Amino acid sequence: MTTRPYAAARRTLSVADKLFEINWGLVLLITIIACVGFAMLYSVAGGSFSPWATPQILRFIVGLAILLVVACVDIRVWMSMAYPAYAASLFLLMVVVVAGHVGKGAERWITLGPIGLQPSELMKVSLVLALARFLHGKSVEDISRPLNLAIALALIGVPAVFVVLQPNLGTTLIILLDGASLLFLAGLSWWWIAPAVAAVAIAVPTAWQFVLHDYQKRRVLTFLDPESDALGAGWNITQAKIAIGSGGVTGKGFLEGTQSRLNFLPEKQTDFIITNFGEEFGFVGCVALLILFAVVIGYGVQIAGSARSQFGRLLAMGITLNFFFYIMINASMVMGLIPVVGIPMPLISYGGSAMFSVMFGFGLLMSVHVHRQVEIPRQGGII
Amino acid sequence: MPLFDRKDKSRYATFTRRSLGLSGGMALVFAVLGGRLYQLQIRNGDQYKTQAEDNRVNQRLIAPPRGRILDRFGVELANNRRNYRVLLVAEQATEGIEAALDEIGKLIVLSDAQKKRVAHDIAMNKKFAPVPVAENLSWEEFARINMHLPYLAGVQPDVGETRDYPYGSELSHILGYVAAVSPEDKKNGDDDPLLDLPGFRIGKRGIEKAYDEQVRGRAGASRVEVNAYGRVIRELSREPGQPGQDVWLTIDCELQRFTDQRLGAESAACCVLDAQTGDVLALSSTPGYDPNLFNVGITPDQWKALTTDDHKPLLNKALSGAYPPGSTFKPAMALAAVQNGLKDLHVVCTGALTLGNHQFHCWKRGGHGGVDLQRGIAQSCDVFFYEVARRLGIDKMEAAARALGLGAATGIEIPGESGGFIPSAAWKEARFGIPWQMGETLVTGIGQGYVLATPLQLATLAARIASGRAVSPRIAHTVGSTTQPRPLPDPLPFSDEAFAAVREGMNAVCNGGGTASRWRITEPGMEMAGKTGTAQVRRITKEERASGVLKDTALPWNLRDHGLFIAFAPVEAPRYALACIVEHGALGHPQVQIAHDVLKFAQTRNPLAMRTNYPTNAAMAVPRRPARGQG
Repeated sequence: MTTRPYAAARRTLSVADKLFEINWGLVLLITIIACVGFAMLYSVAGGSFSPWATPQILRFIVGLAILLVVACVDIRVWMSMAYPAYAASLFLLMVVVVAGHVGKGAERWITLGPIGLQPSELMKVSLVLALARFLHGKSVEDISRPLNLAIALALIGVPAVFVVLQPNLGTTLIILLDGASLLFLAGLSWWWIAPAVAAVAIAVPTAWQFVLHDYQKRRVLTFLDPESDALGAGWNITQAKIAIGSGGVTGKGFLEGTQSRLNFLPEKQTDFIITNFGEEFGFVGCVALLILFAVVIGYGVQIAGSARSQFGRLLAMGITLNFFFYIMINASMVMGLIPVVGIPMPLISYGGSAMFSVMFGFGLLMSVHVHRQVEIPRQGGII
Repeated sequence: MPLFDRKDKSRYATFTRRSLGLSGGMALVFAVLGGRLYQLQIRNGDQYKTQAEDNRVNQRLIAPPRGRILDRFGVELANNRRNYRVLLVAEQATEGIEAALDEIGKLIVLSDAQKKRVAHDIAMNKKFAPVPVAENLSWEEFARINMHLPYLAGVQPDVGETRDYPYGSELSHILGYVAAVSPEDKKNGDDDPLLDLPGFRIGKRGIEKAYDEQVRGRAGASRVEVNAYGRVIRELSREPGQPGQDVWLTIDCELQRFTDQRLGAESAACCVLDAQTGDVLALSSTPGYDPNLFNVGITPDQWKALTTDDHKPLLNKALSGAYPPGSTFKPAMALAAVQNGLKDLHVVCTGALTLGNHQFHCWKRGGHGGVDLQRGIAQSCDVFFYEVARRLGIDKMEAAARALGLGAATGIEIPGESGGFIPSAAWKEARFGIPWQMGETLVTGIGQGYVLATPLQLATLAARIASGRAVSPRIAHTVGSTTQPRPLPDPLPFSDEAFAAVREGMNAVCNGGGTASRWRITEPGMEMAGKTGTAQVRRITKEERASGVLKDTALPWNLRDHGLFIAFAPVEAPRYALACIVEHGALGHPQVQIAHDVLKFAQTRNPLAMRTNYPTNAAMAVPRRPARGQG
């Protein structure tokens, strides 16, 4: 089982080897997408690098460094750090909920020195790590055992509860989707899956009745009929649709978008940034961007499939799916397909926490790729 | 335990299978997103483009300059004055609103109430919207603000336009005034977008109201790009509006002012017409009001003073006030009498006429003795006209009165005209269900009872007697460059003989020892002919008549008789016709004195002999500053 470029997983690789192993095509893709983001931030600021583009570029450079460092760290190290990272993220999450800063009516931030941190962003990566770690040791039969399943569900459920308490519906949704897909990939029996799907179908109306906050219900209601409150809560959706739709086939051209420059767009630099892209580059630009995203995801799926350890496979696929869910929810939201749930577009929206967590995730994905030949036994195997 | 076993293989197979399934799901989601993009950007792209454009572009209206109102010689009766004002932009006032207002207060007078209003306006508006601090500043004040501008953060000097009435109350009842648009104004189907412009003024009374549409002009528009908060980013295009048209009146400003000043503090009205054409030369109703007040914003106290004054300054008495014409009605009856063969009627006045068991008194106790038509008019003998009425009957009297312009609105262009009233047998039957009584015919014969006429109608009566034609009062001569239709008045259905007899009677009133002879015009060639009248505003009881009718001096002001007078001059070739009423002012006949002064002034100045400045074509209407006044 000796393959190029290195003989065996047991042999340690030099840093130079690892850098050589990095999938630079993927890094280039990520950089191109990030550059689209810089251009949009430059545009929504009315053709100016301040206040958004410059910090974002710096963050991306830092994020790129994080990506490379994370990629070079052995996958087994990440496996051994999975539970501590998860515990730390959960602790921070609890701190925010108990005594967090208030921002936009929701408690999501924790201040560490000069950096405002969203623990829920950390949680998304930590959860994927921890679940991959936990599921690594389980055979298909093991997973469907009630005790194991209960532990896995607890790993997903506890952070989900804290995030929903913040309250942050979008991130909760992503955590649940991440967890569910990892369980599915790990081989959860259809005998569990089918009743679970049925349970969700029953739970949604119940949640509507008892769990959702008024503002969340309002969002859903305005989503269903945005014109009913075109100047109030429906404003976001209506204006976003106008922005994207007015782009037409080829768009109005770079810096020619009027909707965001004239402040008709809400959250124009964060969650709704893609509307400006749609306005300025039209259908052609949007489809091109979707293709870029799809290629990144394809890379992720390919990396997952080529990993020799179950941990690596689950981790790579988890990270890829996490990235996909971001895109799916944000794009559907700004295009008026689902209610507004406050999820940024990865790599493009302005924001530090999201940028770092996404780049950290890509780092892990790359680590899986670099260490794809590493074999980790089902039991033990942790350095 | 082996490092890897069959279980590992099985779950790898599961993973591969399921991850392929998820990839398929992801591809499906991307397809849905692409489809949605197609729907938004290609299928509905045009619709969203329009919406984005609507979002972005605002139409800002530009108010056109309001047309002027001019007299027959081009004197500006209403024009637009530069309105020097100071605006404050909250977001630029770096030192704070309070400090900025204090700084302004050091340069111009600023009351606490003004400061409060500014603070309120700023709170109600966007912080980039300029809020007026003070308006209608003098040039000196404005210059002072401009000089200190470098030290006044957020202060913007601004020059706007505001309506100005240089002659104030003297023409108030003709011109009316402009004021802010009220919700009722919009209800009348007027959908001019200008009405929604903040601070826009429209005509509310008088000529300003009658010709508001023409004087207002058409709005210009400026297309501006705005952001979501309504802040203007830049102007995209500008379309100039159409300035309002000028309105040229037949008024002679000098005569109007003289008349108004002559009426003074009385509650009175006086109209002067061109007896041959009906052109209104002066139309005065006192007291007036300052129309400028309504433009700049009238205070509650000022409004209350105007509405509670018992002299009714807001009422245009010249055409909205309907009074019993009293003896000024008698020339009309005299015309009807001659026309109906009573030219040689001779009556012996004993002070009263008895009809059945009722006595109809003459104003003169003891009577006039033998009275013919001339003397009847000259001495205003009631008994003579009772007899005329008795012989004519109400139908013929009504027809004559109507032919002479009474009982129906004259159609003058100023809104709010009253039609007066001429009774008829049919009317009474329909109104009260009681047949017409002969006694009522007699009372009607001396202009009492149900008869009502406005001073303008009485002036028309005088003009019609003087000219023998059905002249109607007209005040608007030219609007913009369009001369208003002025058909030649038709001859009246009375014979020349009848007119000659009545004019001779009216001449005798002034120049033949009649009731107005004390105030006859003595200048040769300017003599006037007229007819006095007194209208009772209270009922004289039998007891009072027995003990002697109370003199006006013994009565409170509002119970005294109205004094009326109609006249034309010069007697030989009448050009000026006049009617004058002084409310509760019969004592000493102030109305006759006023008529004397006004007609003398009119003939001395003789505006009808002067060349008018009416524009004959559009080119002549353009110069905005013609010479002020003529002669």
